[in-house]
Amino acid sequence: MITRRDQWTAYVVLGLFSILALYPVLGILGLALHTKDDQITGFALPTSFSLETFEKAWTDGNFATGLWSSFIVAVAVTVVSVVLSIGTGYAFGTMRFPGDSVIFGLILLGLIFPYEATVIPLYYDLQAFDLTNTYWALILPQIGLSIPFGTFWMRAFFRSTPKSLIEAARVDGAGSFTILVRVLLPQAKPALLTLSALIFMYTWNEFLLALVMIQDPDKQTAPLGLSFFATATRAGDPTAVAAAAVIVALPVIIVYVLLQRHFIRGITAGAVKE
Amino acid sequence: MAFLFLLPALAFYLLFTFLPLLHTVWLSFFEWDGITLGHWIGLANYRELLTDEEIRGSFVHSIKLILYYSGIAVLIALLLILVLQRAKPRGLTVFRTMIFLPQTVAVVVVAQAFVWIYAPDGPLNRVLEPLGLDRQWLGDFDTALPALGFVGSWITFGLAFVLFLAGMQRIPQSLYDAARVDGASVWQEMRVVTLPQLRNELAVVLTLTTITALRSFDLIYNTTKGGPGGETRVPSVLIVLNAFSYGRVGMACAVAVVLTLIIFAVALVITRIGDRGEHA
Repeated sequence: MITRRDQWTAYVVLGLFSILALYPVLGILGLALHTKDDQITGFALPTSFSLETFEKAWTDGNFATGLWSSFIVAVAVTVVSVVLSIGTGYAFGTMRFPGDSVIFGLILLGLIFPYEATVIPLYYDLQAFDLTNTYWALILPQIGLSIPFGTFWMRAFFRSTPKSLIEAARVDGAGSFTILVRVLLPQAKPALLTLSALIFMYTWNEFLLALVMIQDPDKQTAPLGLSFFATATRAGDPTAVAAAAVIVALPVIIVYVLLQRHFIRGITAGAVKE
Repeated sequence: MAFLFLLPALAFYLLFTFLPLLHTVWLSFFEWDGITLGHWIGLANYRELLTDEEIRGSFVHSIKLILYYSGIAVLIALLLILVLQRAKPRGLTVFRTMIFLPQTVAVVVVAQAFVWIYAPDGPLNRVLEPLGLDRQWLGDFDTALPALGFVGSWITFGLAFVLFLAGMQRIPQSLYDAARVDGASVWQEMRVVTLPQLRNELAVVLTLTTITALRSFDLIYNTTKGGPGGETRVPSVLIVLNAFSYGRVGMACAVAVVLTLIIFAVALVITRIGDRGEHA
């Protein structure tokens, strides 16, 4: 009972909003493919293909350092958070212990928690330990921030694994740790990939913490570098800012295109259950 | 045994998230410039916060932003859901991937894209100029906040759509068939079948987008920095300004505490309303 008209309406509306979603991203890519001296119009494709602007942005904006810092921080946060979340998810998903629901509730609070509210004392605390201007100042707090979603996500995974599997292994004399590593984790690959992709994205894109913690240009993350570069360059050369923006966004967009199912599954399943 | 699995993660969470929050509350009772010794002033920061025009204004701006980040984004997403009630377009996954893309782009990058779009000689003005509607979107007192609000809608509508779509795919087709047999229009199908079935998703989307609107630091810092004339100043920007530019760490913390309380309250109220609807 699907009419042609309804079908076409759907294509038109979805198409229109897809263009709306893509336009700013493609627009800035188009701008980046121009050079400063080109006549730039909003919708025209570049007349000549040139990576000159990218080279300029890469060097002037010091993005080799920026991407490297972001990469170290994002990988460290992702790996540690995922490993720790396996532990908490396993505990909450398969064991009962005194105070479990209280502790779980406390952790869930972190899901809606605005870290704008903690960044100030965090700055002074980390300064006291000489940790500002180091990667630690970005890595440690973001592990703390990733634990709530990670715990929530891995708990849901462990609850969905059949109880009989755990029982059978226990009868065979396996301890909790062996069950986790030998029986459960081999099945957890898709869930772990989804979680890793999301934490990597959030960490890569993070801005406020880097702004507060990092003054040393050699420790700048990519988004922080972009912010400074844009402020300094925007008036003189918007094309270079556009190229810098593309450089910063590209790694996550590539990961997103490759793993889009994981992103969307993570967001939908993570957000709606319970 | 369980605590062995919990302990490392809990340590990170408590040390770097939970304790700093308590520390924020503590600092909000002080007058402190961040360098010299601070002194206890009790609730004075909170009293000033209630009377200070700049700070009160920043909360009003935030509430206006909710209209865009949450309201407009949800309406767009519902429109997309509406046209899908009676259609099975091919390539829905591709549309979904494109529409969700804004959620994955760093907000610092988004800010650069929209500074360009809104620029005096940018694409938006090129379209509007022949109609005489071109403006200094981010430089004008009247348009700066709405202009940033629409960026917020752009960021969040894909999230709303993806969540609604996942919820919609769980609605049994029989409910739509029954409505159609009764001669329901598309709008009636929306009101009678889709919306009630999406109540959970709606609560989640409203919570997430409202929280995003209340935070919005990255976007505003990287576009207007609160200008022009303070018209786009929001609490998160004031927190950073007070703490690191004005040397008023205690005041910054007081703003942070109020912002946190508002966010917790919003989450609680929306969840409650969602729950009550379910039992009704």
